Amino acid sequence: MRAYDLIELAGRNLREAGLRNSLTTLGIGVGVASLVAMLSLGIGLQKLATRQLGRSGLFDTVVVTSRQDSRGPRFAQAAPVTAQIKPLDDVARHNFEQMANVAEVYPNFSAVGDVRLETDKTGNHFTVVGTLPQSARTSEAFDDVQGSFFSSGTAEEAIILGDFGRDLLNLPREPRGTDVKLTSDQASQLLGKYIVLRYHKREAGESAPLAGKTTKKGEADPDDVDSADGVKAEDAQSFNLVPKTLKLKIVGIVSSEPNRGLRQGRTPMFLPLALAESLDMVQAGELWSTLRPSENKTYIALIVRVAKSKAVSQVEDEIRKQGFSTFSILDASKGITRFFTFLDLFLGIFGSLALAVASLGIVNTLVMAILERRREIGIMKALGASDGDVKRIFFVEAGSMGILGGALGAGLGWAIGRAINFATNIYLQRQDIRPENFWVVPVWLVAAALGFSVFVSMFAGLYPASRAAKLDPVQALRHD
Amino acid sequence: MATNGTEFESVRTVSVVRHYKLGRSLIPAVDGVSLAAGRGEFIALLGASGSGKSTLLNLIAGLDRPDSGAIVVEGSDLATMTSEQLAQYRRHTVGMVFQSFNLVPTMTLYENVELPMRFAEVKRKERRARVTEALEKVGLSDRMKHRPSEMSGGEQQRAALARALANRPKLLLADEPTGNLDSKTGTEIMDLIRELNRTLEMTVIMVTHERSLAERYANRLVFLGDGKLVGESINELEKIGAGR
Repeated sequence: MRAYDLIELAGRNLREAGLRNSLTTLGIGVGVASLVAMLSLGIGLQKLATRQLGRSGLFDTVVVTSRQDSRGPRFAQAAPVTAQIKPLDDVARHNFEQMANVAEVYPNFSAVGDVRLETDKTGNHFTVVGTLPQSARTSEAFDDVQGSFFSSGTAEEAIILGDFGRDLLNLPREPRGTDVKLTSDQASQLLGKYIVLRYHKREAGESAPLAGKTTKKGEADPDDVDSADGVKAEDAQSFNLVPKTLKLKIVGIVSSEPNRGLRQGRTPMFLPLALAESLDMVQAGELWSTLRPSENKTYIALIVRVAKSKAVSQVEDEIRKQGFSTFSILDASKGITRFFTFLDLFLGIFGSLALAVASLGIVNTLVMAILERRREIGIMKALGASDGDVKRIFFVEAGSMGILGGALGAGLGWAIGRAINFATNIYLQRQDIRPENFWVVPVWLVAAALGFSVFVSMFAGLYPASRAAKLDPVQALRHD
Repeated sequence: MATNGTEFESVRTVSVVRHYKLGRSLIPAVDGVSLAAGRGEFIALLGASGSGKSTLLNLIAGLDRPDSGAIVVEGSDLATMTSEQLAQYRRHTVGMVFQSFNLVPTMTLYENVELPMRFAEVKRKERRARVTEALEKVGLSDRMKHRPSEMSGGEQQRAALARALANRPKLLLADEPTGNLDSKTGTEIMDLIRELNRTLEMTVIMVTHERSLAERYANRLVFLGDGKLVGESINELEKIGAGR
């Protein structure tokens, strides 16, 4: 029999017992909906967790420090540098860059400075300044960026966090730790505007006693010399601190910290990495390490970004072999992945139960249909339908109920998810928590649910179909 | 009479046996029947109920399989066919009409006549032409959209005849075709069958228990009793064409 005849006959059979078949289809729909709802909850929660973690950049990051440093500042001078301990310098950095699966290597940079809007002469904001490599452009934090990323690695530009933007605009602070997205009105007051950053440049010392007061642009006021200066000044051997100012253009505002990684504290402002390196800013935590005699420039820590998170342990091992200390939270990520696999499995089994029950409905409906259509099946066979034809008709009927039920269920599951997202978000907003999508229905889930529903329905149709095919036409046509 | 030369032969059964199990005992419904029908012949199978005439008809129709013996129709033995081949045989070689018409109640007349052509994979365009032609032959061209329940018994049986003709079979098998009809419409149906038998050269095998009907229309009467062939008579009256 040709396919369209098959579909037409199956279709008319389904219509003939409309109510019963609709109810069966609805049953399948509810089953699929429960499956979709359960799985999308699992997927949603997983996405939520990995988004937070992924945004943090924890899982593809290895932090490398020198073993020398791990002993702490006081020992650094007391114990002389041994041959085995390698400095974390540009040679090491270059080595890391050459490793397989390493995407990039950049210093963990963190400096402090005073920042104000160019137009706002009074409001100085003491802040931590971080850097972003050009690759951070793809960080999830930039999904909802207002403005853009740096135009180049050396551009005199800045990207700031939303809540720091509020600070700059002298608006009241949001509760700590919350991600703030500025209104487009607020953003337009900042984007493209210039801020003035005052920082301290590290200059090689020629035993100058106090360099703190020398200002190049005349912007700094006497308060600039903070306690760090004082400490440094006593050890005139190493370097001088020169206050500097720099005008930066605000190009982007993000609500959460990009490439958070293992960065500590909150970094509300970022400069392009290459620019920051060229500025030779004094970094927080650099003081003790620079007291040590060292000819080359060394890094406090290097961030090694790994191309795929699977390769993290391998890269970590290699770096350790080279004689450095490393840190990553690979194991945590493994545990989380395993947890969600189990959660999804559990939710999936739970959701499938309803579908299994619904598939019994199909068996029931079709077996009933055989009893009812006994004579019709006999007639069809007498007219030349083969066993296979009869089987296929029932199969297509079961499959159609599967497709319709699957589509219905996917739609229903999606709607349930939307409704629950909506409801929870209203609640979350009332609690002043950022709204999140707990329920995520990806396209593949819809397709898989449809496919699974058709498969289950066909499977359920297996028994009725073969029973119908085996029906003896002589018995079926015997007049009663 | 042309029952011997194979080129004129339509149906031949050779010692056909078909038992039914009833509890532990075997009931021989058809017990060694050998019978031949020539092409274009009109045979009536007569006998009391339980004589095995319907079972024999079902065997020839390929709806049932013999326990032993051979049934050769148009040169091929049904007993050796696979079930798929049997279905094909039913599709293309045989047309059947039943006492209780056996139209599909949920289908219109048009759809009922079209049904066997779906199994035979006839193209849609051709189907339309063939349905129209068959319905014209039985005089129901104006009832295409009606369902069986909206038609009289005679009309339903004519529809069933049209359906039997749809795939242009060489053999028409009729199981008590007038059993559910009054005598007037019964006569109409029989006239129609005889006309098809003559104009289309279709071989007709009809099961009936009405001897008068058989004598009026059939070339040959075959009598069955307890599953065995118990007698045969050539209908001289019919043979000389004075059917009425």
